[in-house]
Amino acid sequence: MSQLVWNGLFVGSFYALVALGYSMVYGVIKLLNFAHGDLYMLGAFSGFAMLGALGGLVRSQSLLALLLVLVATMLVTGLAGMALERVAYRPLRGAPRLSLLITAVGASFALEYGTRAAAGADPRVYQVRLGGTTLHVLGARVTVQQLVLVAIAVALMVALHRLVTSSRQGRAMRAIALDPVAARLMGIDVDAVIARTFFLGSALAGAAGVMAGGYYGKIDFLMGFIIGLKAFTAAVIGGIGNIPGTMLGGLLLGLLESFGTDLLGGEWRDVFAFGCLILFLTVRPTGLLGERVTERV
Amino acid sequence: MLELTDLDVRYGAVRALRGLSLTVAEGEIVALLGNNGAGKSTALAAVSGLVRPSAGRITLDGREVTGASPPAMVAAGVVHVPEGRRIFSTLTVRENLQLGGYLVRDGAELERRIARVYDLLPRLAERRDQQGGTLSGGEQQMLAIGRGLVAGPRLLMLDEPSMGLAPLIVTAVMDVIRDINAAGTTVLLVEQNAKAALRIAHRGHVLDQGAVTLHAPAAELAADPRVIEAYLGA
Ligand SMILES: Nc1ncnc2c1ncn2[C@@H]1O[C@H](COP(=O)(O)OP(=O)(O)OP(=O)(O)O)[C@@H](O)[C@H]1O
Ligand SMILES: [Mg+2]
Repeated sequence: MSQLVWNGLFVGSFYALVALGYSMVYGVIKLLNFAHGDLYMLGAFSGFAMLGALGGLVRSQSLLALLLVLVATMLVTGLAGMALERVAYRPLRGAPRLSLLITAVGASFALEYGTRAAAGADPRVYQVRLGGTTLHVLGARVTVQQLVLVAIAVALMVALHRLVTSSRQGRAMRAIALDPVAARLMGIDVDAVIARTFFLGSALAGAAGVMAGGYYGKIDFLMGFIIGLKAFTAAVIGGIGNIPGTMLGGLLLGLLESFGTDLLGGEWRDVFAFGCLILFLTVRPTGLLGERVTERV
Repeated sequence: MLELTDLDVRYGAVRALRGLSLTVAEGEIVALLGNNGAGKSTALAAVSGLVRPSAGRITLDGREVTGASPPAMVAAGVVHVPEGRRIFSTLTVRENLQLGGYLVRDGAELERRIARVYDLLPRLAERRDQQGGTLSGGEQQMLAIGRGLVAGPRLLMLDEPSMGLAPLIVTAVMDVIRDINAAGTTVLLVEQNAKAALRIAHRGHVLDQGAVTLHAPAAELAADPRVIEAYLGA
């Protein structure tokens, strides 16, 4: 029982990290960025390349190396997200939503098959497999590395939450989400704030990518696809556009999957997750913490 | 201070402004009157940079600012309080005011300015932690004006601040605008409520189909039979 809870929370914290970027971008410009999961993949590959370059340090100080790489990768995927916005989405600002959605799907394919062209189609094995000591907490087996990863994920989420709720930048993001025209009249450079929103969301996805590489060990160019959909599901469950809701949605999805697979078997995991998506979309499209749906076209 | 010369603005095939010219001198309250669709809001949007004129010039203190971005205009001291108030409805009163001072990077200075707005509009101080969308219409208008003031405008452009307000509240809003002007801020006031606007304005322009058809000191306009017939409903 407590093992199931822990497994759920662990996977859920990854989902939450990726879902936040989805949710922030949706909140600010009402775009479902289907390429978001691919930034997670890009993060995993960028981390892979950097770990390769670090060489010796990786073997002697694997956790430290992973943390360094994590920070550097956040920068890389953050910039990649900004580039994506600049090239693919900004020219379409004001265009019908469907055009944006199709562009996002195109951008997703471009990232996936671009990575395949650059890094090959075969899965890569991460240079760092965090072994780690097993602890017993309330009857659940918990590894030290799991604790470290969850702690990092939580720290990132708390930092993001504080940024959005109480900084000048966060206020600007929320203002744009509510009324971009009024935001411009406040003197907010809307394009710059949107670019920063992409940076933040993509950096978090990149962090999750490196963490997943270090934890699961294997990465491939399509690994972002399913997690992208899961993150979308998590965001929908919690309330897309709502930051605390999205974190909650990620953890909840992790728990639902954990208990669901225990009941029905591992092959049902994704069926279960996407069943939740459909259920929420039909029954409560605003999610658990989502407020009113303000449809703006 | 502000000069618009032969300004044209088009929305696709619609010509919203056709050769609009007007001036606002430092220290004045200038009213911009006209019927629905005359182009009043478009004129303000052209000055604040929300729309780009297809022809004509806008100068501020003699410097050309045609086509400047909204942040550049705010930084230059020109603040546009839009039609319909456009309060950030789920943000608090205080957050709305902080956003008005988005370009004020000095935190202490921002606090001083917000405190001054609270002094001028005590109702906002009482409701500082309430969501903007829960305020009454009159309070929202005060918030929209206060939010504009935090930016520290030299020229404040107000688009129909009396819209949807009870007569008593309209008077209160106009009094606040007069106080703001008396404290040194130049005001360009767009109104459908010509009576209320001409009571506090120094000069007025009447806009029709995107161009100025009449301009005169406010008292003269208020006595002009054409204005009385068309806008003062006598
Ligand atoms: N975004 C837009 N797209 C197309 N046409 C527009 C747009 N905004 C305004 N117009 C048109 O431009 C003309 C001038 O509009 P504007 O809003 O400036 O008038 P107004 O004088 O402010 O009217 P009101 O008193 O109703 O606010 C109108 O014919 C209007 O239909
Ligand atoms: Mg108007």
